[in-house]
Amino acid sequence: MTTEHRLRELVLVGHGMVGQRFLEAFTEQPGAAGWRITVLAEEPRAAYDRVHLTSWFSGTSAEELSLTPVGFLAEHGIDLRLSDPAVAIDRAARTVACASGTVLHYDALVLATGSYPFVPPVPGHDATGCHVYRTIEDVERIRAGAETDGTRIGVVVGGGLLGLEAAGALTALGLETHVVEFAPRLMAIQVDEGGGRLLRRKIEDLGVNVHTGAGTQAILTDEHGRVRAMRLSDGRELPADLVVFSAGVRPRDQLAQESGLPVGERGGIVVDERCRTRDPHVHAIGECALAVDGKVYGLVAPGYAMAETAARSIAGELLAEHRFTGADTSTKLKLLGVEVASFGDAHGTTEGAVDVLYSDSRSGVYKKLVIGGDGQLLGGVLVGDTESYGLLRPLAIGGKPLTTAPEQLVLPAGPAPASGPVALPDEAIVCSCHNVSKGEIRAAVADQGCATVPEVKKCTKAGTGCGSCVKLLGSIVAEELAAGGVTVDKGLCEHFGQTRSELYEVVQVAGITSFSELLDRYGRGGEGCELCKPAVASILAGLTGGHILDGEQGALQDTNDHFLANLQRNGSYSVVPRIPGGEITPQGLITIGEIARDHGLYTKITGGQRIDLFGATVDQLPHIWRRLVDAGFESGHAYGKSLRTVKSCVGQTWCRYGVQDSVGLAIELELRYRGLRSPHKIKAAVSGCARECAEAQGKDFGVIATSAGWNLYVGGNGGMTPRHADLLAADLDKETLLRTIDRFLMFYIRTAERLERTSVWLDRIEGGLEHLRQVVLEDSLGICAELDALMARHIARYQDEWAAVLADPDRLRRFTSFVNAPGAPDPTVTFVPERDQIRPARPDEDGRILAPALVAGPHLEVRSA
Amino acid sequence: MTDTTTLTETGAVEILDGRGWTRICDYAQLTPGRGVAALSAEGRQVAVFRDRSGAVYAVDNRDPFSGAYVLSRGILGSRAGVPTISSPMYQQVFDLRDGRCLDEETAPDGRPAVLRVWPVRIAPVTPR
Repeated sequence: MTTEHRLRELVLVGHGMVGQRFLEAFTEQPGAAGWRITVLAEEPRAAYDRVHLTSWFSGTSAEELSLTPVGFLAEHGIDLRLSDPAVAIDRAARTVACASGTVLHYDALVLATGSYPFVPPVPGHDATGCHVYRTIEDVERIRAGAETDGTRIGVVVGGGLLGLEAAGALTALGLETHVVEFAPRLMAIQVDEGGGRLLRRKIEDLGVNVHTGAGTQAILTDEHGRVRAMRLSDGRELPADLVVFSAGVRPRDQLAQESGLPVGERGGIVVDERCRTRDPHVHAIGECALAVDGKVYGLVAPGYAMAETAARSIAGELLAEHRFTGADTSTKLKLLGVEVASFGDAHGTTEGAVDVLYSDSRSGVYKKLVIGGDGQLLGGVLVGDTESYGLLRPLAIGGKPLTTAPEQLVLPAGPAPASGPVALPDEAIVCSCHNVSKGEIRAAVADQGCATVPEVKKCTKAGTGCGSCVKLLGSIVAEELAAGGVTVDKGLCEHFGQTRSELYEVVQVAGITSFSELLDRYGRGGEGCELCKPAVASILAGLTGGHILDGEQGALQDTNDHFLANLQRNGSYSVVPRIPGGEITPQGLITIGEIARDHGLYTKITGGQRIDLFGATVDQLPHIWRRLVDAGFESGHAYGKSLRTVKSCVGQTWCRYGVQDSVGLAIELELRYRGLRSPHKIKAAVSGCARECAEAQGKDFGVIATSAGWNLYVGGNGGMTPRHADLLAADLDKETLLRTIDRFLMFYIRTAERLERTSVWLDRIEGGLEHLRQVVLEDSLGICAELDALMARHIARYQDEWAAVLADPDRLRRFTSFVNAPGAPDPTVTFVPERDQIRPARPDEDGRILAPALVAGPHLEVRSA
Repeated sequence: MTDTTTLTETGAVEILDGRGWTRICDYAQLTPGRGVAALSAEGRQVAVFRDRSGAVYAVDNRDPFSGAYVLSRGILGSRAGVPTISSPMYQQVFDLRDGRCLDEETAPDGRPAVLRVWPVRIAPVTPR
């Protein structure tokens, strides 16, 4: 084999976020096929999203955090060796020795070893109960520690970004939580004194105890070597059962240093603008590297940029613009529900810089802008309201003089700002994770025909990193569409310029009681249509009550609601009696069986744990329901945009593993919410233990039993676009659980759009899960009393729709096939036998109609059409 | 379409089929915004509707897209001022005045998606 054809060897040390990004960037290079890639990883799992590590506590699994696309490694022939860290580099021989003893030769070596948590060398720092916060294994150990009996108080050392995240995790685990910070304020690097004060108050409001200006002197232990307290520099002793060190990170440069590569005074492997170390065969990227500007970057975006640089450098594709000379360290994040952002020269260190300050302690908002001598925006700090971050950061990076008075940029509701996204220059970087400029986004809309944010995301990658720019992305796309003459009418249909949620507000506020009134007063005229009529009927059902077929409302319903049954392909209907929680007596089963048999209906068990009876014509429906109602059954609302079923596993009563009575709760929930009209159908489930046999995480709302109570999940979905539900609240007692679900459902009904399932709604609403949590658990909008009252009224007013129809000759009138030939069966609804039951006849088949409902017999009765 | 301004709730709805005017039902039996199915004198299924303004329409009950006889169970509406019925099966919308489908020109069987339309009137009820 000649040298030209030999595959060159690339060894990557470290498979973290930056390492994975390097692999993606490198495999995209034209010459990548000429390299064989081996990755040495210390951790037992492939690269995962460390930035969102905290979400592991709220139910995001290690698999969901994974950043390595399925098939990626195989596709590129990458040899990933997990749990096999590099231990030595021999630069002269160009080899790396691994912990397993293997020695690998390299033509190019990339160090992406990241950093390690700094643990202050105080006495007792390695006692049982002391943790760091960096890997999935760390958070697993923290949870195990927090769940150990007798663990009550958790102390986090370090009040920076990670420290506050850790504090949030400890609070969520139910510990009394303290944060000890050496600096005089929280998040000292990102925010200034004023912002820090507000941040502290907000964090304290969440029940976290904050001790600033306090150093850790010693960890005190009990006789078993377990943490019992922490001694602070001011002499105080803080009781503690669990300690998390989060006092910053240090570059992992030891491997490089031992191989003779230069490292910085305060750590970090020295690299040039190509991210190359002093040895041209060795590159270093991410948190382990000391960049040419003398900084070690601990954020993911600069790490990604370095990964790109190194990939191009090794592949010989490096252009001047790819050189890494430094990066923007702006950050925007949400800590314990508090929004914090800092960008550019946040501390005003530029000469001649002045501050523009807005602070409102009442609403908890702090905003500071740093303005340069020429009137340009240099940077800023935002706490409590980071809405304007997406606009301000690009302006600060652009460095051009502002066209708007700076105070307009911080005031909450000034005159209409002239500074929409239009004011951003085309070269402004909107997505810093993927380095996408406003101009590229506009081009995607104008030249490549992208008309929605998802399309633009796919096309440009913008918004697919940390996601903080998605809102700005949305306004740029909307502006560009508008500029191109595309008008986006958000209205429900041609009859209403309002969305469903806006109509809900109108109906509620204006006290509208009928469709005609709504259309006449707030619509655009006309008759209405199949889009607005059922949507308005649903709103009216929720807000005014009454039977869904009464008065004008009856005319608005689509055919399923109109006949309280489900239309099937040949014009026949199916019938689903409610079987709450899927629990049914043998006699109930026999009764349903007898009714199906006597009417010749096809029967099938549904996915929602009930029984569907198919093949009924409209005139059969009242006869079938008369018998069902007499036997104690009621409408299952399979036809409605309303609660369907609450599925359950058998639970503690029978199951060896169950920890709560899931069937009992499912029945209670199903009876509580039956008949509730909503923007789309609602499915629910209750599982009796963490094995999750009822698949509650695939439902609009799902409840999973814990030994301490119930965990509530929301926004799950199966079907075409599956979505795992998010944990809304944990270990609730039943009363709190019911109240929380009440509010969740009513808030959804109030704010969702037409045919918008909870999964889509939850992803759409601003602030997402966190916002929902604040609304339903903390009453942040002050509407909980109203939501509770609406649900109480729903529950009090519930009546079985079918029983009410049977009791009223007027409502029964519609159940005739032909208005001028009552009693005549519809000759076009025909069936043929299949597998001992019936099925609809196809057009080319000679089908038969079912026997008239009143002729009951033990066998399937069919007669010639 | 019939001018309804002079009509009262006491009239009878009639359609003109092959043999003359056939009585369908009392005008009062029609719910505004909704339809009923009826049999014509020649045995065809007819869907008869009354809109919010009181006007009545009669079209074929067979939905050409599904082949099912269900159009009388659809939702009445308007599109740019045109009175419409939307099929409850796959939601195609038809012009009630001439029976043309406004969404698709051709049915799956290859034939034009046009419903038969019957002249309809509201006649005074004559004592029997």
